[in-house]
Amino acid sequence: MDRGADAVTGIRFRRLLDQVTRVRGVRGALLVAGEDGLVVAEAVMEGVRANAVAALTGSLARRMRRTADAAGIGFPHFLHLQATTGAICAVPAADGTLVVAIADAEVNVGLLRLALLKVAEVMA
Amino acid sequence: MSTMRAVEGWTVKPLERFVNEAGARLTLLMTPAGQVLAQFGFTRAVDVMAAAALGAAIVSSTAEIARLLEEPQFSALNHQGLRHGIFVAGFDSPRGRLLALVVYGTNSSVGLVQLFFEDFVRDLIAACPVPEERRPVLAEDFERELNQSLASLFRS
Repeated sequence: MDRGADAVTGIRFRRLLDQVTRVRGVRGALLVAGEDGLVVAEAVMEGVRANAVAALTGSLARRMRRTADAAGIGFPHFLHLQATTGAICAVPAADGTLVVAIADAEVNVGLLRLALLKVAEVMA
Repeated sequence: MSTMRAVEGWTVKPLERFVNEAGARLTLLMTPAGQVLAQFGFTRAVDVMAAAALGAAIVSSTAEIARLLEEPQFSALNHQGLRHGIFVAGFDSPRGRLLALVVYGTNSSVGLVQLFFEDFVRDLIAACPVPEERRPVLAEDFERELNQSLASLFRS
């Protein structure tokens, strides 16, 4: 019974993450428990350390939230970290979950943002 | 003022790196019997002794639950509070099984602690010297060694 429920939840999360990974240039997508920095669901390419990305993105998102709060600019809706060979984008979803994407540098960030926001909306 | 103390010097560098990266508030490195090898963040001997005894007891209790569930071993457990969480984990080293008790606050998370704990274990295993031949524990040495350990942990 429990295994069935887990499987359904797993399939649901997997389908949600598929909406992100089908964007060209995305190397992986994760659902992260934001406060804990733990992986809830993942769809990442081989070689991506999902647990490390989850923990560090969770920490980054918490700090960015505090920064935005201190600056009096409200709650962050979209985080975009551009690096030399890729990017990490994250959108906070319901109850503190983060939808995170790891992408190539050439990814269409606008399209990725829409996909992440859509997943975050469904999570709510 | 640094509140890091170690009975065994090889534990210092890995512990320093771990507490900096994971944002740990308190950390105890000990044997399953509760004998402390190093500590970070504690200021009173009585707190170290209590935490070591309780941490070792937690691991013993969960090991018994693992036995009932026919699990080989539980490697780590986490208790989450409002302002603090505790992470207790065991690992095998050239010195035998060791335990770590980590207390973290809202500036860290269980994910970060878990992540950097993996590195901590690797660093400790790399730094661990070849174990000396085991000597029998003699009653006359016990109190002197215990006092030496406490003096190392809380030298003023």
